[in-house]
Amino acid sequence: MDFNLEPEEEAFRAEVCAFLDENLVPDGERTAEFMAEWSRKVRERRWVGFSWPADVGGGGGSLMQQVILKDEMAKRKAPPLGSCFMGLAWVGPGIIQYGTEEQKQKFIPDILDGTYQWCTGYSEPDSGSDLASLKTRCVREGDEYVVNGQKIWTSIAMWSKWMILLVRTSTNVEVKHDGITCLLVEMDTPGITVRPIKNMSGGSIFAEVFFDDVRVPVENRLGVEGQGWQVTVSALANERSGIAEVHGLVRTLSDVKELARSCRRGGRPASQDPGIRRRIASADTRIEAMRLNGMRFLTKQLKGEPVGSESSVNKLHRALLEIELGELALEIQGSRGALDGESALDGGRWQKFSLNWPEVVIGGGTPNIQRNIIAERILGLPKD
Amino acid sequence: MNFGFSEEQELLRAEVRKFLDQNCPLEEVRKLSETPQGFSRSYWDRFAELGWVGLGVPEVHGGIGLGWVDLVVVLEETGRTLFPSPLIATSLASAAIQAAGSEAQQARWLPGIADGSLIGTLAHLEDSDVLGCAGVELLARRDADAFLLTGGKHMVLDAANADLFVVPFKSGAGEEDISLAVIERATAGLDVEPAGSIDVTQRQGRLRLDGVRVETDAILGEPGGAAPLFERLLDCGAVAITAEAIGASEAALELTASYAKQRVQFDQPIGRFQGVKHPLAEMYVDIESFKSLLYYAAWALDNLPEEASLAASRAKAYASEAFPRIGIDTVGLHGGIGYTWEYDAHLYLKRAKWCRPTFGDADYHYERVARLGGI
Ligand SMILES: Cc1cc2nc3c(=O)[nH]c(=O)nc-3n(C[C@H](O)[C@H](O)[C@H](O)COP(=O)(O)OP(=O)(O)OC[C@H]3O[C@@H](n4cnc5c(N)ncnc54)[C@H](O)[C@@H]3O)c2cc1C
Repeated sequence: MDFNLEPEEEAFRAEVCAFLDENLVPDGERTAEFMAEWSRKVRERRWVGFSWPADVGGGGGSLMQQVILKDEMAKRKAPPLGSCFMGLAWVGPGIIQYGTEEQKQKFIPDILDGTYQWCTGYSEPDSGSDLASLKTRCVREGDEYVVNGQKIWTSIAMWSKWMILLVRTSTNVEVKHDGITCLLVEMDTPGITVRPIKNMSGGSIFAEVFFDDVRVPVENRLGVEGQGWQVTVSALANERSGIAEVHGLVRTLSDVKELARSCRRGGRPASQDPGIRRRIASADTRIEAMRLNGMRFLTKQLKGEPVGSESSVNKLHRALLEIELGELALEIQGSRGALDGESALDGGRWQKFSLNWPEVVIGGGTPNIQRNIIAERILGLPKD
Repeated sequence: MNFGFSEEQELLRAEVRKFLDQNCPLEEVRKLSETPQGFSRSYWDRFAELGWVGLGVPEVHGGIGLGWVDLVVVLEETGRTLFPSPLIATSLASAAIQAAGSEAQQARWLPGIADGSLIGTLAHLEDSDVLGCAGVELLARRDADAFLLTGGKHMVLDAANADLFVVPFKSGAGEEDISLAVIERATAGLDVEPAGSIDVTQRQGRLRLDGVRVETDAILGEPGGAAPLFERLLDCGAVAITAEAIGASEAALELTASYAKQRVQFDQPIGRFQGVKHPLAEMYVDIESFKSLLYYAAWALDNLPEEASLAASRAKAYASEAFPRIGIDTVGLHGGIGYTWEYDAHLYLKRAKWCRPTFGDADYHYERVARLGGI
């Protein structure tokens, strides 16, 4: 065991730190001009799409360099590297792996520059956890595909220019995972209707998307017809060790501790309540377990060992922590936890936080699905 | 960056595993648990010959000179087969002597520890049941240069088998005024009374001291200056117990998962029901997690002492909470067979119940995590 970095890794860390010292301003002071400057500078350094190959415009960073970059950025709460979130997370990697030369040239630079947003049309009203059961119909007519059906929970559909879409091109298949095709669709194509859905916090970040005889050129198919499932799975499997996420949790926990010091509960500071203390310590311990699980996972990756479904362990921790930290923050406030808005502490920051967990807990595969993955793929139990 | 084991460590693991699988499977563990001493001298001697008892002892005193990470590798394996031996107790006594013993003291005791002839233990707890310096009430009387000790210690690991007792006592009024004495078994006024254990593979007991005379040459380090070392030994204890808990819970999970694949009810393997498979997945999540915490704690004991207490407490807190639940699910997911004496499930459950309070339960360690984390 050795937690030291190699000299050249240490040099890269120093480079990142020097950049941050020079260019980062505190969270509250980030103006539009600052953000524009920031985007230009990190793009110039090829830190956007840092893990992608250099020949498509990525940074060609090694695994360890990627970890260092994300780690330092997250530690200082730097703005994201690039603004095209889903483009960078899975659309881009999918295009790099399965796309034609034309598709790469057409889409990758815009994803790196953050010219516009991508959204993800996977889930349907009847196909959520069981995504492969999706039914959105798609038939080929000459050089076009014609799409009819509905997607739902499509995050930022209303602000996106393009969508990565899964459709069914064949129902005549033995297993439902076959016969699915992946298309890249421009959102202003005639026949597409986007209807935002209000979530329980009162805002709208996702939408229903309806397809009514929507015509998509065949050249916008990603990968082979009928093999869209593989395209999706391998793009989503761009698993990271998740170490950088830990910084966000550590920060939230540190704010929760501060809250516990300042709130009175049962006639004394909440930080002196043994029940609250144990829950804070338990959250602290789970966050540290995530960090260290991530390091073991990363070690395996660095050694070139096959990494399987271990990342589900941290996904489960993350989901449960996201809920627990919100609950803890409200319970620390005692009866005031039931207030909201301006009447509540910190303008209702914690009330809002305590209602945001579904993004993490439901959005990325539910805890039950993670438990199934662990039980079936790691422990070898029969599929249900 | 490498948060994994070296090739030498993997080799060590393979050797220990092979030895235990060949010599001491669970049937043998059960037989040993019925003997009064609870362990086998001949396996212990083989362990010593192979270098595993003196793993941490410096080479000049007949050991191998390795660290806690290496010992964790051995303990994961002894935990996996619930191998009964005074290895943890002896390693703690050995660690105390290595850390604070004079050259003469090291030469007097360490070679015997390394060759298996001296079994050691740490008498860390009193009837107050408070861990740490605050729990030490045994107050010495001065007799010229020597100290006279009258009092008791309980929950002393392998008390009846031990030849050497490392005994913390107070040499002054201040809470931090702690000294550590090494007391040999034959010392006048020392008496040991074995106690029954919830885990039949474990031996422990009460130590009675009635005017035991401790000369200065039996004090480790400066009199009154052992508080930091005593706290560190408790961290070492928590790490060692948790290392065995990893092996034992992995074995319990393996046993239960394989049963869930075979046992058929309602025309299907019970492992297809989520009421069965999800608790198994949770076991895996918990084991992997306290394993990561524990590896880091062991590394910190060797390399980053200022972080070791927090790291050890996180690992032991998580394990103390998770392992009993793993034990209960191991029995419960087996149905009736899990409740039988014949079947091995209960052995893991009892180990879990034994582990939970030993060197601090979840309440104790989470409170410490809170305090060390600034609240
Ligand atoms: C904030 C947010 C953003 C999202 N963004 C997008 C997006 O951009 N694009 C997109 O395509 N989708 C998006 N989703 C959809 C998300 O992927 C689905 O909500 C998720 O896959 C669950 O599907 P579902 O909602 O249909 O629930 P269901 O699958 O119907 O699940 C309902 C409940 O049943 C449980 N369950 C289901 N199957 C099993 C099983 N086999 N075993 C045990 N329990 C089971 C689930 O755990 C859950 O608790 C988003 C969701 C959220 C909340």
